[in-house]
Amino acid sequence: MSQDIALQVNSLRVSYRSGDREVKAVDDVTFSLYPGERLGIVGESGSGKTTLALALMRLHKPPAYIMGGEAILDGRDILALGLDEMRQTRWSKLSLIPQGSMNSLNPVVKVKHQMADAVEAHERGLTKNEIAKHIDHLLGRVGLPGSVAEMYPHELSGGMKQRVCIALAIILEPSVIIADEPTSALDVVVQRVVMQTLNDVQAQLNAAMIIIGHDMGLMAQSADRLAVMYAGKMVEVSPISSFFHDPQHPYSKLLISSLPSPEEKRELAGIPGSQPSLLELPSGCAFHPRCPVAEDRCRAEIPALRQISSQRHAACHLVEELS
Amino acid sequence: MNYFVRRLIMFFVVVILAATLNFIIPRLAPGDPIGAVLEELRARGASTGGDAEDEIVAAYRARFGLDQPVYMQYLRFLTNTLRFDLGHSISYYPQKVEAALFRALPWTVGLLAISTLMSFAFGSFFGALMAWPRAPAAVNRFLPFFMVLSAVPYYLLGLILVYLFAFVLRLLPLGGAYSSGTIPRLELSFLLDVIRHGILPALSILLTSVGFWALGMRGTMVTVLGEDYLTLAEAKGLSGRRIFFAYAMRNALLPQVTSLAIALGTVASGSVLVEVVFNYPGIGWLLYNALRSSDYYMVQGVTFFLVLTVAVSVLVVDLIYPLLDPRIER
Repeated sequence: MSQDIALQVNSLRVSYRSGDREVKAVDDVTFSLYPGERLGIVGESGSGKTTLALALMRLHKPPAYIMGGEAILDGRDILALGLDEMRQTRWSKLSLIPQGSMNSLNPVVKVKHQMADAVEAHERGLTKNEIAKHIDHLLGRVGLPGSVAEMYPHELSGGMKQRVCIALAIILEPSVIIADEPTSALDVVVQRVVMQTLNDVQAQLNAAMIIIGHDMGLMAQSADRLAVMYAGKMVEVSPISSFFHDPQHPYSKLLISSLPSPEEKRELAGIPGSQPSLLELPSGCAFHPRCPVAEDRCRAEIPALRQISSQRHAACHLVEELS
Repeated sequence: MNYFVRRLIMFFVVVILAATLNFIIPRLAPGDPIGAVLEELRARGASTGGDAEDEIVAAYRARFGLDQPVYMQYLRFLTNTLRFDLGHSISYYPQKVEAALFRALPWTVGLLAISTLMSFAFGSFFGALMAWPRAPAAVNRFLPFFMVLSAVPYYLLGLILVYLFAFVLRLLPLGGAYSSGTIPRLELSFLLDVIRHGILPALSILLTSVGFWALGMRGTMVTVLGEDYLTLAEAKGLSGRRIFFAYAMRNALLPQVTSLAIALGTVASGSVLVEVVFNYPGIGWLLYNALRSSDYYMVQGVTFFLVLTVAVSVLVVDLIYPLLDPRIER
């Protein structure tokens, strides 16, 4: 069974420490990722999505620290690897598509060199010529002309840059791709095409992909499963269609009712209140102050992420009763 | 228009403007040069006044071209200057100003340009290390040291160094570019002698300027380290060395290179005090002596030359900058 899992994350905890204060940005997160699967992770800003992504690649910077947990990739816990082994694991097993910001490529180095150095750092035994051919092929796969290889990042549009990043992410054919808000800096038209490209290359590789974002529409189109994060915890993990048709966690329900729908005309509902500060989390379930159905138990006890059906998980005391 | 052509035109405009100012400023000063000559002649009891004096004045005016209209004088001055004919030195008549300049130039370039470049290279590298999280912690202990040193004027440090190493310890020579009595020629013993004489002045420049480069580099490096492309470089699994040089330092160096252009331009003018302290026969020493002996043509020549060095070094950096930063060329 474990062969069928691309990445298994168990009770991952990441904290920001300042002085003797500890802020749990990612708190006890557990999930499995299957080959070829696209797992969407959504949540408000500050819910720990990006911290989770960076911690999985061990790119988090102090004051962020991994406080515990494991991430099993290829039978090894990558959180326990030595620095050099980790360096080799990055990109060859686990690659990153950065936020679609304009700034992810080195401004003074040609695209081809930025792609080639990723290959060279991993000693694949390819000649310069083979690497150049490979780069040309990859650029074609993401819909860019080969001439882009000779260009500098400032000569490319935002969408082209993001395509370069996609080509770069699959250059070593990793088994897991982490896409951290891959299209957030692009306009909606380009967003759709870039996302389509990303999904295509991911499917061809049969790589597992984590898509981080807060665009529910994009998730609905791309993800197979959706994980919802709230205040550092995963509160629901469900296949995408069941999530949209029958959300389990009260937060998920509110999220969906805040989305416009073409089928029914209704007043859009917001979620009352705002996400709590991680420094002063409410007792019990972190969502209880905003939850319309909270009970006494919710104020006292932190709910665990429990399996509620064969494919669904939710962290709510009331889920059984609700469903 | 082509970037290079634009830069070249800019360069010539700056040079002609500098030459023009050089022409105007002495003519704005009170008094006239012939009067000064007559004054000197009278002091020696040579002039008798009357017709003879008028004749002398006319002769001098004709000889220096002062009888011609100002625009003719200006044109002649300009063509002479652009041909690098800077006139005769007054104190060392009939020596030409440009000859004295070219004799002094190698010393200034050798001492100041080399120590400035060394300071730039060392300071930038060290500053980059100070911002690099994986560098040994000891690197940052030098920070206060750099800060104090960059606050000390280099001529003061020069005096202290001379006192310690040349006067008290007698390890190194007190001044000059080579031992008196030796004749400059290309052989090893002379070269070693020159290096021995260059150590103290170079050290005083190096020590006082290295902090400037280190602190500047540390600042830009910290900014670059926060850029997204550094996170991506690390995610790619590149080696620390590659990230440090090709991604972080490469980008952090860009503003440093701009400062280098300005620093190299002021090398010659900044050299005056160092060369005076160390009795070094460079451009600064030349200017200092010319000022003391009111050698106007020499002062004018050196000043023009200093402007020229700034213009040339800015031109050179402008021309190589597109190679360093592809975003510049349009």
